[in-house]
This record gives sequence, C-alpha cells and structure tokens, in this order.
Amino acid sequence: MANKFDQNDDSVVVIVGSGAGGGTLGNELAQKGVKVVILEAGKRHEIPDFINDEWASFAQLAWKDMRTTSGTWRVHKDFPNLPAWIVKSVGGSTVHWAGASLRFQPHEFKAKTTYGTLAGASLLDWPITLEEMEPYYAKAEYKMGTTGTNNIPRLPGNNNYKVLEAGARKIGYKEVHTGNMSINSQPRDGRGACQQIGFCFQGCKSGGKWSTLYTEIPKGEATGNLEVRPACMALHIEHDASGKVTGVVYADANGQHQRQKARIVAVAGNSIESPRLLLNSASSKYPDGMANSSGQVGRNYLRHMTGSVYAVFERPVHMYRGTTMAGIVRDEARLDTSRGFVGGYELETLSLGLPFMAAFLNPGAWGRPFTSALDDYANMAGLWIVGEDMPRETNRVTLDPVAKDQYGLPVASVHFDDHDNDVAMRNHAYKQGAAIYDAVGAVRTFPTPPYPSTHNMGTNRMSENPRDGVVNKYGQTHDIKNLFVSDGSQFTTGAACNPTLTIVSLAIRQADNMTAMMKRGEI
Amino acid sequence: MREIDKRTRVSRRTVLRGGAAAVPAAALASGGFVAAAISADAAWAQDASHLTPHTMASLVRMARDIYPHDHLADIYYVNAIKPYDAQAGGDAALRTMLEEGIARLDADSQNRHGVTYIGLAWEEQRVGVLRANEDTPFFKKVRSDLIVTLYNQKAVWPKFGYEGASADKGGYIHRGFNDIDWLSSV
Repeated sequence: MANKFDQNDDSVVVIVGSGAGGGTLGNELAQKGVKVVILEAGKRHEIPDFINDEWASFAQLAWKDMRTTSGTWRVHKDFPNLPAWIVKSVGGSTVHWAGASLRFQPHEFKAKTTYGTLAGASLLDWPITLEEMEPYYAKAEYKMGTTGTNNIPRLPGNNNYKVLEAGARKIGYKEVHTGNMSINSQPRDGRGACQQIGFCFQGCKSGGKWSTLYTEIPKGEATGNLEVRPACMALHIEHDASGKVTGVVYADANGQHQRQKARIVAVAGNSIESPRLLLNSASSKYPDGMANSSGQVGRNYLRHMTGSVYAVFERPVHMYRGTTMAGIVRDEARLDTSRGFVGGYELETLSLGLPFMAAFLNPGAWGRPFTSALDDYANMAGLWIVGEDMPRETNRVTLDPVAKDQYGLPVASVHFDDHDNDVAMRNHAYKQGAAIYDAVGAVRTFPTPPYPSTHNMGTNRMSENPRDGVVNKYGQTHDIKNLFVSDGSQFTTGAACNPTLTIVSLAIRQADNMTAMMKRGEI
Repeated sequence: MREIDKRTRVSRRTVLRGGAAAVPAAALASGGFVAAAISADAAWAQDASHLTPHTMASLVRMARDIYPHDHLADIYYVNAIKPYDAQAGGDAALRTMLEEGIARLDADSQNRHGVTYIGLAWEEQRVGVLRANEDTPFFKKVRSDLIVTLYNQKAVWPKFGYEGASADKGGYIHRGFNDIDWLSSV
C-alpha cells in the first residue's frame, strides 16, 4: 500500500510529474529504498475510466490549462492556445503515447560533430554516447516489454499497416515492420495482450500498452517508498541561503498552497511545464529563474519535424481498427545529406477517428475540397512523419508577460519557427509518403500539417559545458547539485525517433547515479 | 472485409419531427427556388426562442455550405446549430454576433445577387458570399464550432464508415483489424 510522507520530511526526493521520466524515476528510486513523493498536476484516472471517444477523452486527459504561442509555425495560427497535445493525469503522456520505442542511432548523440555548423541552429553533441546508453536502453526495453526485443514477437499488422507496407516495398524501402512497440503482443508482466482496440491515444483500455500509470507507479507504491499526490500543481521550488533546493510549494486539489520539503527535487513536467517551473522559481538569488545561469532554460525547444500524409483509395481500409501506430518505415532515418538536409525521419502509421480527422486534416479548411476528403474516411490510410528538427536558441518557452493561470502564475508561451532544414525534410517526407500510397493505387493524397506537439523536448538541455545547457550528463542541473531534470527537456537534440524510450532509459540511469551520489553524501 | 452499413439509423419519426418541414412558403412567395427543406418555416426554426427563425434557418444553410456532405440529411446540421438558440438566451453577445452575422451575409448577398443568402439557389453563389466573410469572427466561430457539433454526433459516424468505441466490443482483434483484401490486386 502507498505510504504517506510528512510534508516536513526533508529526506524525501520530490519529483514533479508522473510520466515517462517522473513515474519511472519514482519507481526506480523506491525500489532502491529511497523515499519519494511525486506531485502530479492531474487527477488519477485508471484504466476503467478511459473513454473510447476522442473529444470526451481529450476533455478528460489533455493538458488544457492556458498557454500562448508565437512564431511562424502553423500550430500558432490553428491552435494558438494549444501548442502541445499532452496529458494532465497520473501517468502523464504515457497514458496517451502511441508506444513506439526506438533507440537513437550512434550519430544522433553527436549531432554537432556529425552535421557540422548550420546557420540558425544551435546544434550540440550530447555529453553521453550510445555505448553508455545501451545498457539502459536494454533495461528500458525489458521493463516496457518492447516488441522486437527480448524475444518478444512484433505485433500483427492492421489494415493501415498493410497498406503502408505494400506501398513502401513497391517503391523499394527495405526496413518496414510493425515497429518496436511497448505494447504487449502476448501477455506479460501482469498485463494482457493488445486487443487491437484502436484509441491508443485515449488511454489503453486493455492495459496492453505500457504506461507508468499501471506499471511503474503501483510497483513503486507497493514498496511503501513512493507516494503519488494527484491534483497537486507545483508552483515554485524553494532554496536555502546556500542555493540548494529545499522543497516545492504546490497547490493541492482545493487550491490550497502546501509545501513539501525535500532532500532532492527532480523536475519532470514535460518540456513546456518543466522550464516554466524553473522560470517561475526565480528568487533574489536566482533572478533569471532556477538553474538558469546559462540563460538556456526554455531555449532550444524541439518538437520533431512532423506532418502526416493521408491517402484515399478506391476501396475501404478502416485505418482506425487496431493499434494507432501500427508500423514503421525506417529507411529514411539514415544519415544521407544528399537528400538536401541533415538528420533523417521515420514514417509511422497513424490514424485519427472521424472527429479528430475533421479537426486536424486541414485546420480551418471548409467547403467541398475538404468535405470530399472526409466523405472517403473509410477508404483512408495514414502515416505520421517523425524527423529530427534543428535546435534553435530562439525556439523557446518563456513566461507570458500577460496571461496568468488559475493560480495567478504566468503561463508558458511557446515560440517556434521551422528551420530551413526542417522544411526541406518535411517536403521530402511528404513526397515519399505520397509515393508510398500512390504505389498501391491512392486516388488522392493529403500532405497534412503538424498537429499540436506530442514530442516536446530540449528546453533544459544536457551539455558538457555549463555554458551551453542546463543539466549535465546525469540530468543534474549545472547550477544546483540537488536539483535534477528527469524528462524529455533534457534532450540535447531530438534524433529521428519517438522520445519515450530514451526518456525512460535516462530515468533508469539517473536513478542509479542519483542514489550513488546520495550514498557518497554529495547530495 | 467487414464493411460498415452507412444507411440512416434514425427513425422516420425523428426525421419528420426534426429535419423535414412543410413547403418553404416564404421562399416560394418571394419567387426563390429552394432545393432543400432548410427554411424559416421549418418546425425547428419556428421553435427557436432566442434567435429568429430566419437566423436559425440561415445558420443551418450555412452549416451545410461550410461542411457539405450529400449523404447527411438536414437533421444533422439542425442538430449542430440548435444549441446556439439556448446559448443565445444566456449570452447576449453571442446572440448579437449570430443575428448580425446572418444580417451581413444577407446584405452581401442582396448586393451581389438581389436575394438573401438563404434565397440563393446555387451552392456556388452561397459559398461566394461565405468566402467574402470567412475572416469575420462570426464565420470563424460558426466554422470552428461545427467541427465538433457536426462531426462529434455519434449518429453521423457510421455514415462516414467510422465505428466509434471498440473496447466494449472486444476491440477489433476478431472484428477485422487486418481484413483488407484488395492490396494484392493493385
């Protein structure tokens, strides 16, 4: 049973956020005997609460608190107050994620060295290598039950995948399969196998998809060392005269301010809220925000170069049946600058139900060119593009000078402009995606613009040199030794793959290093 | 492969009560030709408490012109617009926006074609009037609301071949997740 810890217990590690980073770190520490309190802004919705209905589920799970946007990205025009489609609920965005679990390629940890200097990009090498990460990737894949690893069979392909695979092979792609998915293809770890429900983004009702909500968190709670406090919104982090952090002030479910004392604070609120919390924790000692002596907090916001291609065929596909991300083409993830850009991209199947297809196919469009596309919904197949985007200092999360949230704190404002490299890569991917579908008889294809960001990274990036980033190779902030960052905001660069496996691997690694530092008395 | 029955599932009674209407007498009297039963004389327009029947009818016409699906009966567009009437009762600014928005469409239409927006017989002409207004807050609100109020009606989903919730039916593992049968022929 979950213990409750005293708010004045200053021996606990306080983690802000319960998703891939925070939920995993919480369990890993609890297993090692470290006492942990997780503050989660969202409520605790369990598997039976999930809803197979896109808008109703969005209302239940999505982070809908006020945010603002600016920049030339189309999301600013179409969804000015919804820069990201992420989750406010226990389990964080692991409730919503598709399950794709890919390792970085070796060169993707060395983006600066590999790609060189690009005007308008703030590329940097990670302070860690693939070799150092491999044991942790292996632990994460085992923990999450990733298909195609640990002798776990891959999932069967659904209709949407079969269209993708047939088209991809016709135009010569070789690395085409149903992916490395942290979705059970057979019962494992007390959870059943995928029932091909669809609605992966709305919370998996079979529990076949890994989420910290029903894996890491209950396992951690069972040790007696982990307490999760839902509906508790972290407001700011406190520090003592020496600069060390001492606790977190948060608003509880009733809006009352509470203080949880802490030996260590780990921030894992996803890449928009994490820098916001650090910036909102400014004090006379840290006037520019906490851990921000470099001025890098909030900068280098990454969202992946994305977009979708949907195609209409003469005959039905019913793409929404079965796993949402049901397969992948990896050939374009290779490093090959002859294509006119650095980095690479994956093509992964994606489907939306009719309500979200209407909202996202071409936001703002109306009239028959739009409705005739929806008329053929049953005959549609679709894929999503996930490519490495270029970090830019000016793509950043700041505090909005005007807008305040329900707690009276400045909201996050997200500025984003595509780099020319992102645009070149997207155009290439649109062309290749359409070619895949044309090869199997598409009668019409749609280069669909990026949705609000689901992959948010980079705003507290890892760097060797404290001048270039916010955290070191362990996710420990350069400025404050008992303050850590534990989510995707640590990413130095984004690579051409879905980020969750790397976030989980970093959290497992961070737990090892954090406990070692604690034993050595460093923190 | 298992395909979806796209035929209408609402009862005839529902259609008669909500969607269809008597001959649009006003339109006939004015000499206009109206192809469908979208008219201020329709029961659903006459039933409105806070918006005028003409505004209700024009909004439904507008909904059809913004998101035209020839396989959807008027009832679904009426369902999408109807909530505005009650909302306008408690929100004077919304009521003004909708009434004035339609009045402006009518004025534009009168200027161009000599008849009100709803009196325009050809969709192409009505769309021309809407295009000229698509940057107004009125148009933007109606369009963005329709994305939810039209397409989130569960009754329209099967008409597009979308099946909605599946967990309660055991998912698609035994119901056609991989039953595509035509790929080998292309």
